[in-house]
Amino acid sequence: MPTVRITVMLKPGVLDAPGQAVRAGLHALGYPVETARVGKVIELAVPDALRAQVDEMCERFLANPLIEAWTVEEREAVR
Amino acid sequence: MTWGVVVFPGANCDRDCAHVLRAVLGADVVEVWHADRALDGIDALVLPGGFSYGDYLRSGAVAATAAIMPALRAFAAAGGPVLGICNGFQILTEARLLPGVLMRNRSLRFRCHPVWVRVESVATPFTAGLRAGEVLQMPIAHGEGAYLAPPETLDALAAAGRIVFRYCDARGRVVPAANPNGSAAAIAGVANAAGNVVGLMPHPERASEALLGSSDGRRLFESAAAWVASRRPAASGAAR
Amino acid sequence: MSALEAAAASRAGLSARDHREVCARLGREPNPVEARMVAVMWSEHCGYKHSKTALRRLPGRSPRVLSGPGENAGVVALGGGWALAFKMESHNHPSAVDPYNGAATGVGGIIRDILAMGARPVALLDSLRFGPLDEPRPRRLAAGVIAGIAGYGNAIGVPTVGGELRTAPCYRDTPLVNVACLGLLRADRVATAAAAGPGNPVLYVGARTGRDGIGGAAFASTELDGAREATDRASVQMGDPFTGKLLIEATLQALETGGVVAIQDMGAAGLTCAASEMAARGGVGVTLDLDRVPLREAGMRPEEILLSESQERMLLVVTPAAVDAIAGIFRRWGLAAEVVGEVTAERRLRVLAAGRVVADLPPDVLAEAPAYDPASEPPADLRERWRLPQLPKTDPADALLRLLAHPDVASKRAVYEQYDHAVGIRTVVGPGADAAVLRVLEAPPLGVALAADGNARWCAADPRRGAAFVVLEAAANLACAGAEPVAVTDCLNFGSPERAAGYWAFVETIEGIAEACRALDVPVVGGNVSFYNEADGGAGIAPTPVVGLAGAVPDVARTVPVGFQRDGDVIVLVGDGETGLGASLYVQVVAGQAGGRPADPAPPRAAAAIACVRDAVRGGLLASAHDCADGGLAVALAEACVAGARGASVTWLAQPDVLFGEGTGRFVVSGSPSQYRALEAMARERRVALRVLGRVEGDRLRITPPGTRAPAVDLSVEAMRAAWTSLEV
Repeated sequence: MPTVRITVMLKPGVLDAPGQAVRAGLHALGYPVETARVGKVIELAVPDALRAQVDEMCERFLANPLIEAWTVEEREAVR
Repeated sequence: MTWGVVVFPGANCDRDCAHVLRAVLGADVVEVWHADRALDGIDALVLPGGFSYGDYLRSGAVAATAAIMPALRAFAAAGGPVLGICNGFQILTEARLLPGVLMRNRSLRFRCHPVWVRVESVATPFTAGLRAGEVLQMPIAHGEGAYLAPPETLDALAAAGRIVFRYCDARGRVVPAANPNGSAAAIAGVANAAGNVVGLMPHPERASEALLGSSDGRRLFESAAAWVASRRPAASGAAR
Repeated sequence: MSALEAAAASRAGLSARDHREVCARLGREPNPVEARMVAVMWSEHCGYKHSKTALRRLPGRSPRVLSGPGENAGVVALGGGWALAFKMESHNHPSAVDPYNGAATGVGGIIRDILAMGARPVALLDSLRFGPLDEPRPRRLAAGVIAGIAGYGNAIGVPTVGGELRTAPCYRDTPLVNVACLGLLRADRVATAAAAGPGNPVLYVGARTGRDGIGGAAFASTELDGAREATDRASVQMGDPFTGKLLIEATLQALETGGVVAIQDMGAAGLTCAASEMAARGGVGVTLDLDRVPLREAGMRPEEILLSESQERMLLVVTPAAVDAIAGIFRRWGLAAEVVGEVTAERRLRVLAAGRVVADLPPDVLAEAPAYDPASEPPADLRERWRLPQLPKTDPADALLRLLAHPDVASKRAVYEQYDHAVGIRTVVGPGADAAVLRVLEAPPLGVALAADGNARWCAADPRRGAAFVVLEAAANLACAGAEPVAVTDCLNFGSPERAAGYWAFVETIEGIAEACRALDVPVVGGNVSFYNEADGGAGIAPTPVVGLAGAVPDVARTVPVGFQRDGDVIVLVGDGETGLGASLYVQVVAGQAGGRPADPAPPRAAAAIACVRDAVRGGLLASAHDCADGGLAVALAEACVAGARGASVTWLAQPDVLFGEGTGRFVVSGSPSQYRALEAMARERRVALRVLGRVEGDRLRITPPGTRAPAVDLSVEAMRAAWTSLEV
């Protein structure tokens, strides 16, 4: 069954406190990265009939559109 | 008067709310299971705090899809008083029954300690019995309590008197040091447009008995009880 | 033993000695699955081989005890038809590997032990020890452990109401994470783990079983069938507090049906431990069918299913008439519920998989690990340790500020505000006080007070005195809440018992605990032993017994705060137990190293002072009460000033041993002049020493030696508060 990989990130401009903490931690360990953002990855095994509705699933449930944006990527198969 | 306390899997404060409503207010309480589809015979509804569904995906996100939600929406649309406490507030925003979103505390830490809030609006069942500008002490206990909404929404809420509580110091001053989580505009609680649905992050049920440090929280429940009573047809005669 | 047998034995993790023992008991070689089961059940963590003999010397009985040592947790009667369940567990080694999950699963595990007694878990205490927090590794471990306790405890809805956090170099690579849980239950509904009733179904409930915990100590690295393991096989247990919460509610509902005959949680050694212990305790047998165990991973082998340490699972024995209803309760809460076996009259644990018997042995063989009799010898340098180091002359005010800022004394608010201490609305006195106090909602105005204490400085120098001191300190904490001790639990954290000096310290510790418990007339109703807390190359930790104490409070409204309440109140020192600088925090701070022998704890004398303060609190004779512990009298006075946000003028000798000397059974209390008169009468009647120290006034702590004009200590409350709140975690 085909898999989609959805990446949910906070919209630019929304305070990303976890991202800031990650950046600070990396800096403390000696890796002065420029920026860090923390998001979520959701993998779904999706029957063909449902594939067109993935965006709607994101809109309604998997993301909070008020503060989050998402991208959808096709994957080979469920690991 | 009959209160309904909605129990989602992972809720922690349902028994606390039920105790306060029964033992302190002397009301009848019905535990409403998340998978039920009806809310018959209930005068006011509480969505208690906790970690419904483990806070998975986003706090309150999964609970907002529960089977009870259509009945809850209908109850709210019909003007029924609904109080969302902490995770309950999060669930109401995820269900779009209240605007905005609750995000991770700016300090990134869970915080459990007393706070003061100022009553900003008495136009809700839960604050009708209070005075605007009054200061209440209640505890918070949350990791995701920073209220956020787009600037237009915040302006609209303020203009419409829909901000119900703001974090303040003991003297009622809304100052940055009194904001425990980074909430926009120091917002601790908001209401819907009709004013019957209120969400707040502090826990009034934990501040309903003097023995536990404050009984200010009880007044939210008492206010709603009085509001419900005042709307009963005078002919009913039932002394509740 | 042949080379083949030795290889098989070592592959299963059994020592040669244990292997011989199990063969003798079985009358044959164990098969590979059985050998693994025995290896895990006879590990030190599960089998208590080095400790069980000595542990028998602890007093375990009292008229209140409803369930003593040997069950999942101790249960004592509280009054009003209610009882409390209480136990402490350690999760030290997992927390060193994965601090967040190690601590989280420690919390989950102890909660399930309490649940297994039929009690609703209502409070947690955490007792934590790390290396110095200004070093990166201890700081990282501490942050992870605290986050894990908060993450699990807050989500599962059990408040963390108290505990302790201490630091010392010996814990640098071997942190100690000891968690105690309190539960409440009806006194006539105490559950048991003893299986009964041949034919009764054995019901597995909770989360599905995966490979958590496999790959731990008892397992060798090579699989018996020669296949190499995938390296992504998880060996650290992961907890899920959401499932834990569902399990609490479902289990309590199931117990109400009356159809549960026996119940045990699946913790260390999972299904094997639960099934064998339930059978052994009940004097019966159990047959298990592994094909019926709910799994979350494919292709699990029988020994993996048997020894998995997947969290949030319980094993029940139920009546046939109730099994459907009970399974239905768990499923309604979204949990797995499957009949996986039945009780048998024949005393064997028989395990089937794919229709074949894969293990068949008497439950007692698994549940009764051999008792070792280790060598015991005091350390050669004991007298050396009792020598006080050279103490540089130090200004007492300066020393006091340094003690207040020391992690052992400083306020832990930065830590405990990360814990939800109020969920359940029972918490009347939360973290930061001497003892936490919870109300028994079901039987007002009863309450329960809780404290957890340990003191490795004392115990390293003199394990017997140190252990007694720890118990007495916990009792003193409880006295400040007006509570009478009713149940002791403990975590005995040590290095290796295979060193004679190490085992000697263990036995001495047990004796010290026993002496103090006898003086207080309180039983040890359960506990935990954690050996082998040592890093590679291992010095091992200092002997660190941690004691949890639960006490009965007749009226929750009658407790007093730590801090002074009113200007003009009389400040009194209650108790005159022997004190000294030996093994004190003062010596540690001022000399940079520990040294000296602790004072004689004299348990009966301490117990008298403790009882006096307790009754004074109950009788409303006190405005404030605080026991003297680390840093002695001076620190207690300073803490009472800071807590009450007011100063004190005290006339007292200012030599270091007087101001900072440590001992048992001493309290700094305050009250109005009329309260003082009543206290004086009570103390005189009980022959407990009382000395007036001074009075509450102003905003500075002044300690002036008698006959002099200039105070030896003159500190503002603000300066003391700044030092006391300087700890960053």
